[in-house]
Amino acid sequence: MAIDVRNVSKSFNGFQALEDVSLSVPDGSLTALLGPSGGGKSTLLRVIAGLEAPDSGEVLFSGEAVTKLPAQERGVGFVFQHYAAFKHMTVRDNIAFGLKIRKRPKAEVRARVDELLALVHLGGWADSYPAQLSGGQRQRMALARALAVQPRVLLLDEPFGALDATVRKELRDWLRRLHDEVHVRRSSSRTTRRRRSRSLSRWRSSTPGASSRPGRPTTSTSGPPTRSSWASSDRSAASGRHGFARTTSRCSRTTRTVRSRR
Amino acid sequence: MPTSTRASRLTLRFGALGYLAALLAIPVAMVFYRTFEHGIGPAWEAVTTPPAQHAFWLTCTMVAIAVPLNTIFGIGIGIGLAIVRGRWRGKTLVSAIIDLSLAVSPVVVGLALILVYGNKGWIGSTFAEHGVRIIFSTPGMVLATIFVSLPFVVREVVPVLREIGVDQEEAASTLGASAAQTFWRITLPAIRWGVAYGVILTTARALGEFGAVAVVSGKIEGQTETMTLFVEQRFQAFDLTGAYAASVVLALLALVVIATMTLLDRRKEQ
Repeated sequence: MAIDVRNVSKSFNGFQALEDVSLSVPDGSLTALLGPSGGGKSTLLRVIAGLEAPDSGEVLFSGEAVTKLPAQERGVGFVFQHYAAFKHMTVRDNIAFGLKIRKRPKAEVRARVDELLALVHLGGWADSYPAQLSGGQRQRMALARALAVQPRVLLLDEPFGALDATVRKELRDWLRRLHDEVHVRRSSSRTTRRRRSRSLSRWRSSTPGASSRPGRPTTSTSGPPTRSSWASSDRSAASGRHGFARTTSRCSRTTRTVRSRR
Repeated sequence: MPTSTRASRLTLRFGALGYLAALLAIPVAMVFYRTFEHGIGPAWEAVTTPPAQHAFWLTCTMVAIAVPLNTIFGIGIGIGLAIVRGRWRGKTLVSAIIDLSLAVSPVVVGLALILVYGNKGWIGSTFAEHGVRIIFSTPGMVLATIFVSLPFVVREVVPVLREIGVDQEEAASTLGASAAQTFWRITLPAIRWGVAYGVILTTARALGEFGAVAVVSGKIEGQTETMTLFVEQRFQAFDLTGAYAASVVLALLALVVIATMTLLDRRKEQ
């Protein structure tokens, strides 16, 4: 699903986090937002997710304005920097949360959660609590939780920011593979789909912008598979020292200008 | 300093124990001793007289009304007050008013309630016209109890809410949960220990309240007398056995509350 951000501005108590930002994330792409801390990457993602209302401007999903839609109705998966794990629930219940909210049949929830647990390599941790997991495991749980409800858009806000460099690298590579896996699986059912739809929008301004990862088709509900876009902000990727941002930039897409102020 | 550790540790320990013993343990033990000095019979008789029973049930009624109301109110206001959940006008004022019920002497609370809810009071006169009596009757005592036990749930819940922040709630909303679903499934379970402590403190306060209730109740024996008022009244009437026996009942109720709190502590640590 394509995301369009049009002329979005947002300020907090006089601090201008976003100033007239426009951005297009094409259907099925993986986009990374690169930028220094305080550059407005998170705010932009939160505006897209519906967690912040922009002061002005519009957000469109597949050409449809969603600016007024609350987060719960946007069908956006969000992975938070600090995991936002539901601490009082087991890993299984965390992942099942969105499905239970949607009142899916128990057997279906169980099957789907088992599938996701295997996908994120947490099979043995289903009945543990988040506090018993390492940072990397928690982040994988958060990812599975976001994927469980088959979001149209997956937003990752500095998903590895709270992890140490080694774990971060590992998880990033793992996420890449996961991404490819899901991609391959989906594209097998849709041969016409462009196999490579990766893009890197790199924004430059007085302070560099943020980088984002092209999305992969993750899910299909009933009917033809829909593609979802993945967008992620990652401060360390901006440094270019880790391969992530670079390796994903196979083909460069339209570069939009983002003016961000510190 | 390793050399002084042992000495200072002992001093601290005995200091703390001695302090507690002198102020709390010995006097309470004396109450128990005096109550059962002549066996359990007289004590039992003293607390089973009709006024004593009435006082006991009245106290239970106060607790049964004030605690649930203050719990619901406390959670609601707590969520509003936790700074991370946005700023709104009047927040500081609300916070100050809640603290006021702790800071102001209960006697003053009682007098203030009479001014407003008394038969000639601002609101009370309207009720009086319809034959509803608030002051010198159960409603007024409930009001007083609610007022003095109001801050505990709020004060327990606010720091917990601030600590957990809004991350989990935001995650829930991106997963499709409505505000109500988020509250019941995420927020409430996350603050449940804070709520539990708040409820226990509120219960303890409601059980033991004397000053404010004394002022608004009129202390009518067998009608508007709670356990604490009954103890005082027996004491004034030189019925020491009655006073001590009723005190023991109050102390036992408090012990139940403390035991519950300790059990909760254990469970929380697990």
